[in-house]
Amino acid sequence: MKYVKEFRNPSLVKNMIKKIGSDVEREITIMEVCGTHTMSIFKSGIRDLIPSNIKLISGPGCPVCVTSQAYIDTAIELTKRDDVIITTFGDMLKVPGNNSSLQNEKALGRDIRMVYSPLDSLKIAKENPDREVIFLAVGFETTAPAIALSIKIASEENIKNYSILQSIKTMPETMKQLVLDEDIKIDGFLCPGHVSTVIGAKPYEFLANEFEVPAVIAGFESGDIAIGLYTLIEMIKNNTNEVKNVYSRFVKYEGSEKAISSIYEIFEESDAVWRGLGNISGTGLKLKQKYDSFNAETKLGINLLNDKPIKGCICGDILKGKKNPLQCKLFSKVCNPLNPIGACMVSEEGTCAAYYKYKNIG
Amino acid sequence: MSIITLGHGSGGKLTHNLIEDIFYKYFDNDILLQKNDSSILPKLEGKIAVTTDSFVINPIFFNGGDIGKLSVCGTVNDLAMSGAKPLYITVGFIIEEGFEIENLEKIVESISITAKNANVKIVAGDTKVVEKGSADKIYINTTGIGVIDKDIYLSGENAKPGDKIIISGSLGDHGVCIMSKRKNLEFDVSVKSDCNLLNELIEEILYTSNNVKVLRDPTRGGLATTLNEFASQSKRSISINEEDIPVKDEVRSMCEILGLDPLYIANEGKVVLIASKEDAQRVVEVMRKNPMGKDAQIIGEVLEDDKKIVSLKTDIGGTRLLSMPSGELLPRIC
Repeated sequence: MKYVKEFRNPSLVKNMIKKIGSDVEREITIMEVCGTHTMSIFKSGIRDLIPSNIKLISGPGCPVCVTSQAYIDTAIELTKRDDVIITTFGDMLKVPGNNSSLQNEKALGRDIRMVYSPLDSLKIAKENPDREVIFLAVGFETTAPAIALSIKIASEENIKNYSILQSIKTMPETMKQLVLDEDIKIDGFLCPGHVSTVIGAKPYEFLANEFEVPAVIAGFESGDIAIGLYTLIEMIKNNTNEVKNVYSRFVKYEGSEKAISSIYEIFEESDAVWRGLGNISGTGLKLKQKYDSFNAETKLGINLLNDKPIKGCICGDILKGKKNPLQCKLFSKVCNPLNPIGACMVSEEGTCAAYYKYKNIG
Repeated sequence: MSIITLGHGSGGKLTHNLIEDIFYKYFDNDILLQKNDSSILPKLEGKIAVTTDSFVINPIFFNGGDIGKLSVCGTVNDLAMSGAKPLYITVGFIIEEGFEIENLEKIVESISITAKNANVKIVAGDTKVVEKGSADKIYINTTGIGVIDKDIYLSGENAKPGDKIIISGSLGDHGVCIMSKRKNLEFDVSVKSDCNLLNELIEEILYTSNNVKVLRDPTRGGLATTLNEFASQSKRSISINEEDIPVKDEVRSMCEILGLDPLYIANEGKVVLIASKEDAQRVVEVMRKNPMGKDAQIIGEVLEDDKKIVSLKTDIGGTRLLSMPSGELLPRIC
């Protein structure tokens, strides 16, 4: 627990939180982009301990939440084939498509297996040579290196029955879209810690340089978040526009060269459809031509289905930080963790799920 | 390697051999050896407590126990939580064809040892064998019978504002031990399951105080679920303090890796109880003298308000809700 307990020391954290925004009178809006930050903030109770004029809004940084219904529908369609095994991360199981979820389909007997790493899918592929093992490749820069590695190994070992249904997304360009949206007024970003361990601090610099929005990369312990918020508010107060890294024990300025090169050896930039946000160019990763034989869509000749809007759901606005879950008519009534309708209720790390779980408004 | 076949469940010679060579050998007692369609128990004095539970677990052998030990501890503990003295237990097996007889014998021996330790007799049993693929190795059902010989009525509805919440030790050990050994997640952790008998500890607690309001073992759903049940029964809110809740570093680390909360993870040898403000400290001191309660702690209290919510004061002074878990706990992506 070295480097963890030190960032949880209650008396140090309490003292630091007292200083956050204590001399700020105007309203300041900070977006924590990452779902894990949202959960940590709720879990530690920081939201209630800082002045009410410091508004924390949650962004689109939960990979499960931003996975489109059409993607889930396509995965469900694939499970209907006897020659297919679908492998997926656990929290994807609950994500609703338009009519069902992988969890429901699993209960109906479809071969859907939860894995903890894409590399486990390769093992399953080797054990089932007569069936196509399709890994649901979702996530951000965080999961991309392991997915890339699985493709690399499959290619080197000539594993022919492994492919991915890709929906990997990348973060900085999406943050740009949020800054460009005139309806959202973000004074500063708490940048995603896990993503930053891969990409580093450099890719966020345009936020400060081009758009004059300061940003801080922080970890997930209460002390990390406290120092992250304090640093950010000090910059906002003093009109300093920089990207600061208070998570230097894991995040380097240039990121992880090895992880980045492993991603771009296999993938290249593409557009991506974000649940609730729509198509955003340059925010996805697709397999390079060389590795297209591992692309489930081309390999099996399928096309992703189309997304249908969900009536009454305001997840798009919630993911952009324009609205909060309490402003949604479906929240807690029709849409709850047992019956998630919208993206933000799906994952444990979604904004609505966090409100429901920790704020007694469910 | 000898394996269980459908013949072992047919009622014929193989079944007879299984019963004689394994079950009677380990579960040897005068009541079971009546060998009739039903066992006749002696007349019982006091109120009779009955409980039943089925045990379906993967892996069946784990650090700190096995499905056999678990199936006795679970039922004995459920009786003890009602204030009953556990006396008898029945054991039903559903076994998948192909299961190794050597492993069955290990499980039966474990049941026998645990039952002896709990001072309960195994008085009836049943075995069914199902086709390969129709079950996952072995399932066990146990039914327990006990007596309540004092005027004890334990229920969450007894809780009053000011009463203290007490926990017997660290949380999440069983759940994390099991998860670490699941297929595809072979984490190298040394955490042992806390699977254990609590009847002696409970007897000591109830001997110490007449003001224990409710006892419960926080199995599936963990502490958070148990406290929500108490809040709902008592129609009061409950507040607990994060800094007082014992969680082992290894359990905390693994939960963090998987995105799970130790307060929702299963335990198999822990008790949560509510005692009056006046008796709480004395109860804790008595608990600490028993190995099953050596890390006992007061972790919070019942509040005046009637919102029926459970909240946790975080170690930095914030507050968060501990709601009932929704559905299955699933590990997160990143």
